[in-house]
Amino acid sequence: MANSRNLRDQQGPYFGEFGGRFVPESLIAALDQLETTYRTAQKDPDFQAELAELHRTYTGRPSILTEVKRFSSHAGGARIILKREDLNHTGSHKINNVLGQALLTKRMGKTRIIAETGAGQHGVASATAAALFGLECVVYMGEVDTKRQALNVARMELLGAKVIPVKTGSRTLKDAINEALRDWVTNVDNTHYLLGTVAGPHPFPEMVRDFHSVIGKEARAQMLQEFGALPTALAACVGGGSNAIGLFHAFLDDEDVQIYGFEAAGDGMDTPRHAATLNFGKPGVLHGARSYMLQDEDGQTIESHSISAGLDYPGVGPEHSWLKDIGRAQYRGISDSEAMDALRLLSRTEGIIPAIETAHALAGALKLGRELGPDSSILVNLSGRGDKDMETAARYFGLLDAHE
Amino acid sequence: MSKVTEIFERNRKSGESTLIGYFPAGFPTFEESLEACVAMCEAGVDILELGVPYSDPVMDGPVIQEATEVALSNGFRLVRIFELVSAISKRVATPILVMTYWNPVLQYGVRKFAEDLKKSGGVGLITPDLIVDEASTWLEVSDELDLDRVFLATPSSAQNRVDRTAEVSKGFVYAVSTMGITGAREDLDRKAREVVSKVRTASGSQNVAVGIGISTADQVHEVNSYADGAIVGSVFVRAYASGGITELKRVTKELSGK
Ligand SMILES: Cc1ncc(COP(=O)(O)O)c(C=O)c1O
Repeated sequence: MANSRNLRDQQGPYFGEFGGRFVPESLIAALDQLETTYRTAQKDPDFQAELAELHRTYTGRPSILTEVKRFSSHAGGARIILKREDLNHTGSHKINNVLGQALLTKRMGKTRIIAETGAGQHGVASATAAALFGLECVVYMGEVDTKRQALNVARMELLGAKVIPVKTGSRTLKDAINEALRDWVTNVDNTHYLLGTVAGPHPFPEMVRDFHSVIGKEARAQMLQEFGALPTALAACVGGGSNAIGLFHAFLDDEDVQIYGFEAAGDGMDTPRHAATLNFGKPGVLHGARSYMLQDEDGQTIESHSISAGLDYPGVGPEHSWLKDIGRAQYRGISDSEAMDALRLLSRTEGIIPAIETAHALAGALKLGRELGPDSSILVNLSGRGDKDMETAARYFGLLDAHE
Repeated sequence: MSKVTEIFERNRKSGESTLIGYFPAGFPTFEESLEACVAMCEAGVDILELGVPYSDPVMDGPVIQEATEVALSNGFRLVRIFELVSAISKRVATPILVMTYWNPVLQYGVRKFAEDLKKSGGVGLITPDLIVDEASTWLEVSDELDLDRVFLATPSSAQNRVDRTAEVSKGFVYAVSTMGITGAREDLDRKAREVVSKVRTASGSQNVAVGIGISTADQVHEVNSYADGAIVGSVFVRAYASGGITELKRVTKELSGK
């Protein structure tokens, strides 16, 4: 990679040796149609205006920056600034992508959307868009996740979506994607698969990134305007990688800005129970793209482990694999307990309860701050709010027992 | 000419149907799958499609998913696929195609996988999640080792894609017709005929077999009236699961009409 000035212009299907379309032929026509529709929409000012207007009047964009000084005092004095995607309608960054794809669904004349979800945030956002646009919506969710994110299951159902608990394999996000792909193969004529992260076959990684790139575009301008400088470093959690790439993308060619993604280390980086795909995986093909993935010698996917349903995924988007290999971004692991400590710390020091996914980025920022020192500033993508995690958090901190 | 092509030619001349039968390797155990495959071949399957159990089989329905899960939880390892092919080949002359998702092949090494398959007596691969566009290494290696390579064509595939698929496939083209909400039989049949005619348009000589949840002898016969072969999977797995080798043989005989 000779010229680092054009990282932002990278388009699918390949990011270096990663990406592609490793799917059954049955889906190719739908992927071609999606790509054509997307390419046309990209250049269509009406589409861009419609999406921007939705973001202004429905999502609540632009999202604000919040500097968290009391929290920062635990980070070696580095300044920590949050990009508040938790304040978006439905409570996370996921809505950015969902509204874009819902508009494309209408353009393709499809009447039904399906989605996978781990934490339930993408499912809630999809159910929300389906209600808004009058589409039928089916959400696949691993049975394990329907339990740990029960509140979001109720939200989706209230919004009129059908939630199907997936009982195969590890019963988490990976298996929800398998079921969604099976549904799509069968019902591709009237159905759009509204994939919720930057994984999957082309054009999803590029398209979902583009829909989330508004995060970084806004944040970059806000940093310059409100703080007079770009941050020293970016921090985001990485499941499939959508909130992370959304923040990173606008900064890829700012060579002085360091980029850090934080994966779930589950029980710890020295244990086999983690979801740190970029740290411990090997390149392979999963869910339609070549990328790093957790797998055994035979190429069988290894189940991931994380307290966070949204990060509990043995794959990752191909653009992250590429950014890792070319050295533009670094990916580190954060354990369950480090994430939960950060969740409580932000709650107690700033009055902001983050999602457990997001707490991985916060824990990462605390460590980074100590490394980078007091003159540094770290921009953290606060990808979602923690309401959905109250039961897990209450149990983890023993808050339920105290009142029982 | 490949062994698979010879079978199609032979059956065409004699006016017989061609039955391609799927069975998952290692289901429920290695030894039992060996006996099951031999039984299927002896009872009239013309071409054996031996499935590699895989953790994320997105093209498979619940029956085959469950069977491959059993195979994996009983400890099936990838290297044993070659041992199984070789053991079956020693007992029957039926050509064996291995059906595998792409990642196991990638991790084993495309060339090494192909070489070991060849050595064990296998005739080629059916690759459900590998489209021709992504297959350059496999095309090269299979040319070199003279292995069959079966790619998929579907009702939604544009004619120019089917042209390319028919051009590079060896053995046959796998026409899948699983689109439309578990639609009426007639509808599936209409779609299958469409794919077959696309393949015919693409090539006058390429064979095409249809897999569309075929479960009865009548359907095998009907599909063979417009295509070169019928592919059957779940029915065999279900037969074995419910009544062991005896039931598997009975169902195979019934479907093959032999
Ligand atoms: C709040 C939040 N952050 C992050 C994620 C992880 O997804 P991604 O890595 O695609 O941003 C999720 C997924 O469910 C989420 O809900």
